[in-house]
Amino acid sequence: MGTVIFFIFAILAIAAAWGVVTSQNIVHSALYLALSFAGVAVLYVLMNADFLAAVQLLVYMGAVSIMIVFAVMLTLRGDVCNSNPENRHWRQGAVIAGLMFIMIALVIFTNVDWRIIPTPWLGGGSAEDLSLLLLTRYMIPFEAAALLLTIALAGAVILAKGAKESK
Amino acid sequence: MNLNNLSVGLTTYLLVGAMLFCLGLYGVFSKKNIIAILMSIELMLNAVNINFVAFNRFVWNQQTGNHYILTGHVAALFVIVVAAAEVAVGLALVITIYRNRKTTNVDEFNWLKW
Repeated sequence: MGTVIFFIFAILAIAAAWGVVTSQNIVHSALYLALSFAGVAVLYVLMNADFLAAVQLLVYMGAVSIMIVFAVMLTLRGDVCNSNPENRHWRQGAVIAGLMFIMIALVIFTNVDWRIIPTPWLGGGSAEDLSLLLLTRYMIPFEAAALLLTIALAGAVILAKGAKESK
Repeated sequence: MNLNNLSVGLTTYLLVGAMLFCLGLYGVFSKKNIIAILMSIELMLNAVNINFVAFNRFVWNQQTGNHYILTGHVAALFVIVVAAAEVAVGLALVITIYRNRKTTNVDEFNWLKW
């Protein structure tokens, strides 16, 4: 059952990612991106990462996709059916991406030293377990991330709105 | 349904991550629209997150002796934070450039070239 669910949603995520990079309509690309994020969230659930799945749905599907759709709407010009064209180097890009995938797959298949855990891991990535780590061992990076988000928020507002010239 | 006895192993998850990463890489190389490039970057960050969580789920941590340390989850969380900040600043930059240049085509963003 879990295997079936895994393959359904892994194929969904990959097919949606394929749609993102091949669709000629950028609005369709944005919607495919949201679908791909949803598939990845299901993969997180299958890996016992409950909190991360929730965060994935909230942040990526809720915030990032909507922001990208807004940016698309604010910058769209001309015909929407041909708003996401390939540049003239797309063949080289495809070759490089394919070679990269072959290389990664070779590394994955030839490396036998993964030290897989002997028994299935019953623990979960719940918010409680994660918060214990975040507030003790990773407190400084946690605070730095908070600072980064605040600065990015202010910077995005200033960049998009345009700061007034100071006298 | 028991989610803890999956027959899907680490290799499969890593392959899914690699496929998503390479599709994102192809998008970065081949797209003209800068928003499409930002979307491809998001795909790549997602693929890396899958790898973090998969390693945390399946690989035994020899140094601590247990695998109940959610370091991979914490790393994935930080990746999500950085991705959110990146997309906010990136789209603000896109809108500013669009306001000045009336285009989102990266081939025309060449006015730093002499």
